[in-house]
Amino acid sequence: MIGASEHIRPRRQRASWFGRFQVAALVLLTLIAIISKFYLPRLIPSTVWLELPLLLTVYFGLKRPSPILALLFGAFVGIAEDSLAPENLPIGMYGITKTLVGYFAATVSVKFNVENSGIRLVLCFFFYIFHAFFYWLMRRALLGQLVPLDPRETLIHAAFNAAVALPLFMILDRMKLSGELTA
Amino acid sequence: MEALLSRYRNLTVLLVVVVGQLLYLAYQVKTSRDERLIRVWAVSAVTPMAGVVEAIRHNTIGFLQDYFILLDVREQNRKLKADNDKLRMENVYFRNQLSTAEHARALTLFQTQSPSKTVAARVIGNSTVASAKAVFIDRGSTSGIAKGMAVVTPDGIVGKVVAVYPLVAQVLLVTDPTFKVGVESQKGRVHGVLDCGKGPCAVEQIQEEEKVTPGEWFFTSGEDRIFPKGFPVGTVISVQPGQGMKDVKLNLSGAPGGVEEVLVVLQGVHQRIPVGPVVEDSTTKALPPPPPESGAAGKQQAVSQTEADKVAQKYEQIGKEQNHVYGALASGLPNFNAKPPANTPATPTPAPKATTPPPAKAAPVLPLGAPRPKPERPTPPPQ
Repeated sequence: MIGASEHIRPRRQRASWFGRFQVAALVLLTLIAIISKFYLPRLIPSTVWLELPLLLTVYFGLKRPSPILALLFGAFVGIAEDSLAPENLPIGMYGITKTLVGYFAATVSVKFNVENSGIRLVLCFFFYIFHAFFYWLMRRALLGQLVPLDPRETLIHAAFNAAVALPLFMILDRMKLSGELTA
Repeated sequence: MEALLSRYRNLTVLLVVVVGQLLYLAYQVKTSRDERLIRVWAVSAVTPMAGVVEAIRHNTIGFLQDYFILLDVREQNRKLKADNDKLRMENVYFRNQLSTAEHARALTLFQTQSPSKTVAARVIGNSTVASAKAVFIDRGSTSGIAKGMAVVTPDGIVGKVVAVYPLVAQVLLVTDPTFKVGVESQKGRVHGVLDCGKGPCAVEQIQEEEKVTPGEWFFTSGEDRIFPKGFPVGTVISVQPGQGMKDVKLNLSGAPGGVEEVLVVLQGVHQRIPVGPVVEDSTTKALPPPPPESGAAGKQQAVSQTEADKVAQKYEQIGKEQNHVYGALASGLPNFNAKPPANTPATPTPAPKATTPPPAKAAPVLPLGAPRPKPERPTPPPQ
């Protein structure tokens, strides 16, 4: 009996350490995603459409069976993005949008086989449009800021982001980031 | 109740999180208070990494160019560019002063007023909101930057400082949909509001009866209390009648989106809007080429400037054609009605038709024996 408990303890400790490591990796990835949005357009102006924080939120939602963790992660990423936005955009705009994206992504993952590349492509395309439209709507409705929304441009950007999402999700799958967190 | 909450636990948490953020958002909007702490944390976490990335990029690329290709030329070029920007700013200021008033008055203004005090900064990152046009610069409160300061380049306006941190500051660009700038036209002194939120930049609030023409310059009017008056904004590219107001489209001269180095106006000085063209052309103006050297110095042709010069040249040419020497004895009168050949080297710049007097009228009928005036060679006008 004593031998069994001693056998179990190191595994728990290892899992806990690994979980913490994965959390740190996730925070680092989030930071990289936000920095990429912050800095990449300076280097390559044509990458302004790239929404890595959103793709990370979608990925986390799709891989997580728990919508609560997914929506909390979305809120964290969104608020981090809001913090780097101009002060005429109060904190919470991206937070709410990405909270919903995380929740819906996790809900969808229960009903569909999200390992399928085609479904991932469609979902990323859809979530980008939802994200852009909901953010625009909130800015208009809550803040009274009449910001133009170009549907054609949004569709093109959604397609580009969906195309980027496929290889990105494959890389993240190899890292088994979310799977280890679940364990 | 407990069973209901546990059954709809996910939805409950979602509602709590969303409503919590909504309330927080409403609090910020209602009190106009910004949560500085969160922003400071985020900026402090992100900007050093972005700064490191920028430094690595700058140094790795710059290393190759500095030491293998251009040695120190890159650094010198950067310094010269900064100096040049500063000098161009000063030049714009001086030219504005000199072109708006008499020389003495401009000098008095120059003595009494000092140009805007500025500090140079480099753009290190963008905002995370794609639709919000904002950038971060590598100067903060430690460099004397404060919220609300104008950000410009020698070519035009860029934006205003909206958030200041110790080492960085956030600049909202004029192309942001929420940014408005008070502007004034150069010729008609027509006041308007610059708005770049709906596609191309437009000047709003201009009445139909106001006169604005394409190509006209717009300057900051100073009414927005951000930009000092007299900074160039851009030129009008189209003017169309709108619904009650004119639809004036503007081409920004500062190109705020792609700018890499900017000047933050620490102490703004209002300037007068110049009467003439004030913004420097990008093209370099060179002196005209020297006249071709020939054996006889007196053969050099002066450029016709006045009607008298043109008539004198024409008469000289007619005299040459008919082998007539003005002032010589028994030389007779040349036929002033004869037309000179179309392209002779004696006429460097043919006069326009409207200004060329007809030969019959132009040829003066001199009385016989009267002293014939020798056409004097015109002195070249100062360039």
